[in-house]
Amino acid sequence: MQKYLARRALFALGTFIGVSVIIFVVLRVIPGDPLVAILGVEGHAQMKPEDRVRIMADLGLSAPLPVQYGRWLVDIGAGRLGKSFFRGDTVADLILHRGPLSAEIALLSFIISWLVGLPVGILSAFKPNSLPDSLARALSVLFIAIPGFWLGMLVVLALLFWFGYKAPILVVHFWQDPWQNLQIVIGPAMVLGLAQGAYIARMSRSCLLEVIGEDFVRTARAKGLRERLVVLRHALPNALLPVVTISGVLLGFVLGGSVAVEQAFGVPGLGRALVVAVIERDIIVVQNLVLLYAVIFVAVNVLVDLSYAWLDPRIRYG
Amino acid sequence: MHAILRELGRFTRRNTLSAIGGMVGLLIIVVALAAPVLAPRDPLKADFRRMNKPPDAQSLLGTDQVGRDTLSRVIYGARTSLFVAFSAVLLGTTVGSLWGVACGYLRGRFDLVSQRIMEVLQSFPDLILAMAISMAIGTGLQAVIVAIAITRIPFGGRVIRSVALSVREMPFVEAGRANGGSALRVMAIHVLPQCVAPYLVLATTHLGVAIVIEAALGFLGVGVPPPTPTWGNMLADSITALVPPWWLAFFPGLAITVTVLAFNLLGDGIRDTLDPRLSPGFLRLVTGAGRSAPGAAPTPLTSPAAKS
Repeated sequence: MQKYLARRALFALGTFIGVSVIIFVVLRVIPGDPLVAILGVEGHAQMKPEDRVRIMADLGLSAPLPVQYGRWLVDIGAGRLGKSFFRGDTVADLILHRGPLSAEIALLSFIISWLVGLPVGILSAFKPNSLPDSLARALSVLFIAIPGFWLGMLVVLALLFWFGYKAPILVVHFWQDPWQNLQIVIGPAMVLGLAQGAYIARMSRSCLLEVIGEDFVRTARAKGLRERLVVLRHALPNALLPVVTISGVLLGFVLGGSVAVEQAFGVPGLGRALVVAVIERDIIVVQNLVLLYAVIFVAVNVLVDLSYAWLDPRIRYG
Repeated sequence: MHAILRELGRFTRRNTLSAIGGMVGLLIIVVALAAPVLAPRDPLKADFRRMNKPPDAQSLLGTDQVGRDTLSRVIYGARTSLFVAFSAVLLGTTVGSLWGVACGYLRGRFDLVSQRIMEVLQSFPDLILAMAISMAIGTGLQAVIVAIAITRIPFGGRVIRSVALSVREMPFVEAGRANGGSALRVMAIHVLPQCVAPYLVLATTHLGVAIVIEAALGFLGVGVPPPTPTWGNMLADSITALVPPWWLAFFPGLAITVTVLAFNLLGDGIRDTLDPRLSPGFLRLVTGAGRSAPGAAPTPLTSPAAKS
C-alpha cells in the first residue's frame, strides 16, 4: 500500500508540473506581450513606452520566460500568489475569502448526487424496464442534457417571481451565519448535484445489472436469500467501483460547471472571481486560480485512485 | 442506396429514441442552415417601439431589451452555436484521433510522452481550460472554436489509442508491415480505417458537450462576442435585466437542451450499434483495472465535462 501511495504521489507531482507548464505557456507565452494580454491591443498602443517598461518591471514581467516560470513556482511554494492588477487584493485573500463557498457547493452537490443517484439506480436495477425504471432513465437522460447554468437561471427566476429572491451580494461564511450561508449554497448545490446524480443513477443501474448476471449472485439467490439482500449485500459492493470512478470524474467537472452555475445564481464564489478576472484580463489572478482548479482536480483524482485501492485489494497488491 | 435505407430502418427499429434524436438533430441543422429564410426578422435589428414584449402574434417568442426578435435570434443562434460546436469537435477529435493512432501504433517513448501530455490536458476542468485558452488567443469565433477543440483532443487521443493498440496486433497489420510498408503507410491504410467507427461515436457524443461549453462561454461573457446571436450570449443578455423577462431566459436554454438531448440520444444509439466495446460495460472493465495500469483509460465517452 505504501508503495502504491508513493507511486501515486510521484505521479501527481509530475502532473502538477505539467499543468503549471501548460498554464504558463497558455497565459504568458502565447499572448506574446503580457501587457497586450492585460490591456488589449488598443490599450497597449495608447501607453507610453516608458510606462510599459516600468509596469513590466513592476510586475516582474521583464525577466526571461524560464526565469519567470521558476519564480512563479518558488512563489507558489512560499504561498505568495501575487495580487490583482486592478484591485490590489492578493490572490491568497481572494481564495481564502471566496473559496469556502465554492468548496461547500462542490461538497454539498457531491452528497446530493449520491443521495439521489444511488437509490434511483438501485431501484431501476431491481426491476429493469418497469415503469419506474423507464421514468428514472428518462429523467437522467434529461438531467444530463440540461445545462446546469440554465436550470439555475430558471430556479432563480422562479424564486424571484414567487418569493422575491435576491441574489446574495456578500460572502457569508458558514461559521458566521449557517442559515444564511446555506441559503446561498443550496441552490447551486442542488442543480449541480442533480446533474451528477443523473450520471450516478445511470452508471449504478448498468453496473448493477451487469453484476446481477454473475455466478455469485446466482449462488446467493440459490441459497434462498431475499432479493433485497442479494442486491444490497452481494451485488452492490461489486458494482460500486465504476460508480466511484464516475463520481470522482464528475466532482472534478463540477469545478468547471460551478463557475457557470455560480454566475447564474449570483453566488460570490471563486468561480465568479475567475470569470471577473478573465473578463478584466487580470492575468496573475487567472493564472493562479486556474492552477488552483487544476490542482484540486488532480487531488480529487488521486483520492479516487486511493479509494479504489481501499475498495479493491487487487489494485493494492497488483 | 437501398442497403443504406435498410440499415437505417434496422437502426430505427432497435434504437427508436436515438433515431428520433437523429431526426431532431437533423431538423435543427436544417433550421440553422436555412436561418435567413426561416427567421421572421433581422436578428440584429433593434426596434425601440417594441422592447421587452412578451410572446405575441407579432413576435412569437417575444422581444429583448432593445426590441430584437427572440425567435429570429434563437434561429440565427443555432447557426453560430452549431457551427462552433461542429468545427470544434471536428478539429479536436480529428487531431486527437490521429495523435491517438500514432501513439497506439508507434508506442515507445513517443506514446509515453504523448500520454502524459494528454493526462495533463485532462487535468483541467474543460470549461476553465477553454476560458483560459480563448482569453490567451483572443475572443473571436475562431478563438472559441480552437479553445473548445483543444479540450476535446485528449478524449479522442486516449480512446483511439486504445483501439489502435489492439488493431496493431491483428494479422492484416502484420502483413502490411511484412510487405515492407512504412509505418506511415501501415497506419494510414491498415490502422486508420479501423478507427472510423469509434471516431464517429466519439464525435457524436462530444457534440453535446461542445454545445454546452460554447453556451457556457457565451453565458459567462467570454465566448463569441456580441452582437452575434448565440444561445449562450442570449442567456447572458437576459440576466442583465433586474427582473429578467422569462421568455428571454427560457427559449435559448430550451434550444440548448433540446439540441444536446438530440445529439446525446443519437450518440448513445450509434455507440450501441457500432461499438459495443465502448458501452458502460466496457468502461467498467477498463476502470476496474485501476487507473495506473497501462492502457487503462477511465474516460467516460459521454464526458460530463461541460455539465455546467
